[in-house]
Amino acid sequence: MKLLKLVPDHTNLDFMRWRNLALILSLIATVVSISYTVYRGLNLGIDFVGGEVVRAEFAQPVHVEDLRGRIDGLCGCEASIQALGKDSRTYQIRLPKPKGPETASNGMIVKLRTAIPQQYAGARVDAGESVSGKVSEELAQDSAKAIIFAMVGIAVYIWFRFEWQFGVGALLTLAHDIAMTLGFFAFTRLPVDLNVVAAFLTIVGYSLNDTVVIYDRIRENLRKYRKMAILPLLNLSLNETLARTVVTSFTVLIALGVLMLIGPEVIFGLAIAIFLGVVIGTYSSIYISSPVLVWLGVQPDSFLRGDEKDAPEAQPA
Amino acid sequence: MLEFPRWKVWLVSLVVALGVLFSIPSLIAGTQAAQYWPNWLPQYKINLGLDLAGGSHLLYEADATDAQKQRVQAMEDSVATELRHDPRIDIGDISTAGGKLSFLVRDPTKVDAAVERMRNLTKPVALTGNRDWDVSVMDSTRVVLTPTASGTAQALKDAMSVARDVVRKRIDPSGTKEITVITEGGNRILVEVPGVEDPEALKKLIGQTARLEFKLVDTSANPQDVQQGHAPPGSQVLPLADGSGFMAVKRRVIVSGDQLTDARQSYDQDGRPNIDITFDTNGARRFGRVTQENVNKPFAIILDDKILSAPNINEPILGGRAQIMGSFTVQSANDLAVSLRSGKLPVKLNVIEERTVSAELGQDSIRKGAIASIVSVLGVIIFMLVTYGRFGVYANIALVVNAFLILGIMAIFNATLTLPGIAGFILTIGAAVDANVLINERIREEIRRGRRIIDAVETGYREAMRAIFDANVTHVISASIMAYFGSGPVRGFAVVLLIGVVTSVFTAVYFTRMLVALWLRRTRPRAIHI
Repeated sequence: MKLLKLVPDHTNLDFMRWRNLALILSLIATVVSISYTVYRGLNLGIDFVGGEVVRAEFAQPVHVEDLRGRIDGLCGCEASIQALGKDSRTYQIRLPKPKGPETASNGMIVKLRTAIPQQYAGARVDAGESVSGKVSEELAQDSAKAIIFAMVGIAVYIWFRFEWQFGVGALLTLAHDIAMTLGFFAFTRLPVDLNVVAAFLTIVGYSLNDTVVIYDRIRENLRKYRKMAILPLLNLSLNETLARTVVTSFTVLIALGVLMLIGPEVIFGLAIAIFLGVVIGTYSSIYISSPVLVWLGVQPDSFLRGDEKDAPEAQPA
Repeated sequence: MLEFPRWKVWLVSLVVALGVLFSIPSLIAGTQAAQYWPNWLPQYKINLGLDLAGGSHLLYEADATDAQKQRVQAMEDSVATELRHDPRIDIGDISTAGGKLSFLVRDPTKVDAAVERMRNLTKPVALTGNRDWDVSVMDSTRVVLTPTASGTAQALKDAMSVARDVVRKRIDPSGTKEITVITEGGNRILVEVPGVEDPEALKKLIGQTARLEFKLVDTSANPQDVQQGHAPPGSQVLPLADGSGFMAVKRRVIVSGDQLTDARQSYDQDGRPNIDITFDTNGARRFGRVTQENVNKPFAIILDDKILSAPNINEPILGGRAQIMGSFTVQSANDLAVSLRSGKLPVKLNVIEERTVSAELGQDSIRKGAIASIVSVLGVIIFMLVTYGRFGVYANIALVVNAFLILGIMAIFNATLTLPGIAGFILTIGAAVDANVLINERIREEIRRGRRIIDAVETGYREAMRAIFDANVTHVISASIMAYFGSGPVRGFAVVLLIGVVTSVFTAVYFTRMLVALWLRRTRPRAIHI
C-alpha cells in the first residue's frame, strides 16, 4: 500500500524568504482585526452582559417574523431571535437584560415557558438561562484574566524551557492568534459566550503546540550545526518539522470539522473558534514564532556554553 | 528498543484493561445492556452535567442589607429581653436607623449598668480579638450598639451555613436526591437539581424566607393612621398578605417559627387547605399564657413581614398546637409547611444566575455528541492508517485505548461530563495522535538519513519525547487555568483536556512503543514501510 504523504520527502521551501512580506501582512491583519473588534464590538452573549435567553423547539417550522411579532408583543421589548439548525424549528430568543444588577430575572422566561406552548401547538421551551448584571460582569472579568494568565503563563514556561527570545516569540504568536480569532468573531457576529472563552484558552494551548515543536527543533539544530547562518537554519528546522505540522493540524481539523458539522449546535461557537485557531496557529508558528527569533538577534552560537563553542560540528544530512 | 521486559508488558496491559473495565458502566448506562453488567465488576459512573442530564442550576446571593437588618432586629429582641430582667432598666425611643441600634435609658443613673449589660450581650469573634458589637454612649443617656466589621462578617458566614442547610432540607426533605447545594465565595449558594425543567416552583420553595411570627393585633390604633403607615409606640404597621390593606400589630413577638417542632399541610372544617403547627415546650407555654391573657382579642400570623391572617382568640390555646389560616392552595400550603419545618432562612437570598436545560435537549446533545465522537474517531483512524500504514494501526489502537482510558478515569473520579466536555473529548482525539505523528515523522526522517530500522525507531521515540513533553505542558497550563477560572460546563471541558493530556502521553508513547517493540522483536523486518 502506498502511504499518503501530505508533505513530500525532501521538501525544501524557503520560508524565510517571505518573512518580511508575511510580517507586514500579519501586522496589517492584526491591526485591522483589533480595530474592527474595537469599532464594531463583539456580539457578547448573556454570559457577559446579562439578560435572559430561552431556547424553544416547535413542532412545525415557524417563521422568524411571526415569532418575533408575538414575542415582542408579549414582553414589550425587542427580542433578538436566532435560528438554530436549518429546519426553522429551533430558535434561540434573547431578551434584554433586567434592570437592577442584583436580580437575574425579570420573569420573562416564566412568561415564555407558558406562552410559547399556548401559541404554538406542540412547542416546547427546552432551555432557559438568565444571568444578572453582577454575575456577567464577574464572568467577563474572570474570562479576560484567564486568557491573559494563560498567555503569560505559557510564555514564561517557554522562556524557562528555551531562552527569553523564544518566550517573546511565543507571546507575540499568541497575541496574533487571539487577535485574529477575535476579529473573526467581531466580523461574523457569532455570539461570544463562556464556551467561546474556553475555546480561546484552548487556542492558547494548541496554537503553541506547533510553535513548541518547531522551537524544539530549532534548538536541536542550533546545537548541531553551529556554523550555519540563522536563516538557513530556521528554514531547515521548519522543513524538517513541516510534515508533522501539517499532519497534526490535519487530524485536529478532521475532529473539529466533524464537531462543527454534526455536533450539538450549542458548542458550534467553541468548535469553530478552535478550528480557526488551529489554522491560524499553524500559520503563525511558521511565520511569526520563527522570524521573531531573527529580529531578537538569535545567532547560531547564542546559546552555547563556553566549552561547547570549540567542540566539533555535525554536518547537515 | 527491543528490550521491553515482560513485567512492563503486563503492567501496560493491566492499565489498559482497567481503563476499559471502568469505562463500560458509563457507556452502557441507560441501555438494555446495563442489566447484564455483573454486580461484582466496577460500578463507577461518569456524572452527567446539568447541560446533558437536564435540570436547573441556580446561583443565589445573600442580600447583605437584609442580613444587616435582620441582625439588628435580632439584637433589638435580645436587648429588650435582657433589660426586662431584674434589675429592670426602663428604656425608650429605640431606633434602628443607619444599621445601628440605639435606645434611651430613662434613669440616667442606670446608664453605666445598661452599658455593662450590653457589653455582656456581645460576643467575641473567633480569631480576630474583636467583639461583634461596639457599645458606646451618646448624649450621656443614649446607648448605641454598632455592628463591627468582623462581627458582620462572622454573622454572614454563620447565616450562609445555616441557609445552605435550610435550602437543602427544603428541596430534599428526605435527603435522598442527587442535588448539589454548596456555598461559594462567602455570600453565595449554588443549587443544582437534576431533572427539574421549570425552576419556578423550586425558586418559590427556596426563596421563601419563612420567618413566621405570632404577634398581637394593636386594636387601639387609629385605622386611618394605620392605612397611612403610622402606628402607636410599641407597634408597627404591616401589610396584609392578600394586598387588601394594612394592620397595626404589637412589636413583641409571642412565638416565632424557631419554636416549632412540626408543620403539616392539612384542611380546616370547610375543607380549605391550611397548616397544622406544633410548638415546642417553651413556645407552647408562652402561646398558652398570652392567649389566656388576651381572650377575645385578635392576634396576627405573620410570614415574612406580611400578615397571613388575624384570627380572634376565642379561648386560650394551651395544647401547643395551632392552625395557620390564609388563602392557600394545597401546593402553597404544602410548600410553606416544608419551609417551616426546615426553619427560616437566616438571610434573604436573591437569584443572580439561573440556567435550566430540559432532559430532551440534554439527550439530544448526548446523541449528537456521541455520533460526532464516533465519526471523528473514524476520520482520524482512516487518515492515520493511510498516512503511516502499520505504524498508523498502532497509533489507532492507542487512540481507541486512550478514549477508554479517559472515560475510565473520569468514572473512577466520578468526574462530571458536560457538553463542552464532549467537545474536549473530540479535540483530545484529534490531538492525541500528535505524539504519534511526531514519533512517526521522526522515524521517517531518521530512516531517510540512512539509519538502521531499529536504530531509527529508537531515535524517533527518544528525540520526539522532548517536543511531546513541552507541547503537552502548554496544554496543561491553559487547561489548568481554565479549570480554575471556569464555571460548571467550561470546567468540564478543562477536566477532559487535562485527563486527555495525561492518558494520551501514556497511550501514544508507552503503549505504542510496546506494540512496536513486540513487533520488531518478533519479525526483525529488513525494511519498514512508514
